[in-house]
Amino acid sequence: MELFYQYIIVFITAIFVNNVVLSQILGICPFLGVSKKVDTALGMSAAVAFVLVLATLVTFVLQKYVLDPNDLGYLQTIAFILVIAALVQMVEIILKKVSPALYQALGVFLPLITTNCAVLGVAILVIQKDFDLLMGVWYALSTALGFGLALTIFAGIREQLSMMPIPKGMQGMSIALVTAGLLAMAFMGFSGVDNGLKLLFQVG
Amino acid sequence: MNGIIKENPTFVLLLGMCPTLGTTSSALNGMSMGLATTFVLICSNVVISLIKNLIPDTVRIPAFIVVIASFVTALQMIMQAFAPDIYASLGLFIPLIVVNCIILGRAEAFASKNGVIPSFFDGLGMGLGFTLALTILGAIRELLGTGKLFGMTLWAEDYGMLMFVLAPGAFLVLGYLIAIVNKIRKV
Repeated sequence: MELFYQYIIVFITAIFVNNVVLSQILGICPFLGVSKKVDTALGMSAAVAFVLVLATLVTFVLQKYVLDPNDLGYLQTIAFILVIAALVQMVEIILKKVSPALYQALGVFLPLITTNCAVLGVAILVIQKDFDLLMGVWYALSTALGFGLALTIFAGIREQLSMMPIPKGMQGMSIALVTAGLLAMAFMGFSGVDNGLKLLFQVG
Repeated sequence: MNGIIKENPTFVLLLGMCPTLGTTSSALNGMSMGLATTFVLICSNVVISLIKNLIPDTVRIPAFIVVIASFVTALQMIMQAFAPDIYASLGLFIPLIVVNCIILGRAEAFASKNGVIPSFFDGLGMGLGFTLALTILGAIRELLGTGKLFGMTLWAEDYGMLMFVLAPGAFLVLGYLIAIVNKIRKV
């Protein structure tokens, strides 16, 4: 039962308390770049979730079964980024063949994901936090959901914002960043929830 | 030398946002991150401009990424050995220099088309522009958040607004800085 509670805590923490965008500040480029419409935001979130989980799975296996036994830990950065880049390419090719409909929906976002630091960041974090494989994948999935939540809310606000009169100097990226700051402030309200849950479930 | 003001990568081109926002909780952190990025940017620009004729066009991008990742790994080891404090406070963002779009962007847009010397100075200019932006951002956040500047106390910490050191402050301060830069550039 304790293990089950651990999973719940990781889930809630990754989505609300340590939100990947609004608290850990990873994956800002797509967060600012593809958040003008809710539709594209949802597509991007799905693509990130897909790649994030796959990449965590592959990099975890790579670290534990290839790099660690051979004392090649210092190659982590090079190995991970190459694997992620190759993985994104492969996903793109496979998706094109197997499911053209899904490719139509996610295709444009896939090349952008290689340079999404959330993917590499989460892959390295999973190793640093010393999770096991299942927990690592669960953490990646929760993080991706957190990313999707933040991106969708942000896109919703920006859709409304585009109809508002905005001072000239603030237009574009400036007002977007201020909006993101206010959103991050709202998410700060969740801080401490993880410790509360630990107390509630009485786990370490 | 366009990179420092006219094409400043942070305020004008809006590249490399993750380290910009993530590591500028203090002026020193921002400056260290900027200098670390400058090191990788110069090295990768020089090497790529040297080997640009040897790389087939189709595998250009992966080859660039390998060059960049090698220098980042070297940097990681150097910092671990000589500046462990700064390495610890920048943490995850050091390996993430690999995916900083400024570096790959300059490799693709400048170093792959120009000679060694111009590439070196392009890397230096862009790197210094990035460092300048990060230091300013870090200084403002540190001052508003803790009342300190480069670790020197200017007023008591009780008057600081902790929010500015945390994530929301990063977004807010950069947003207003960009608005100010926009205003200055129009005039």
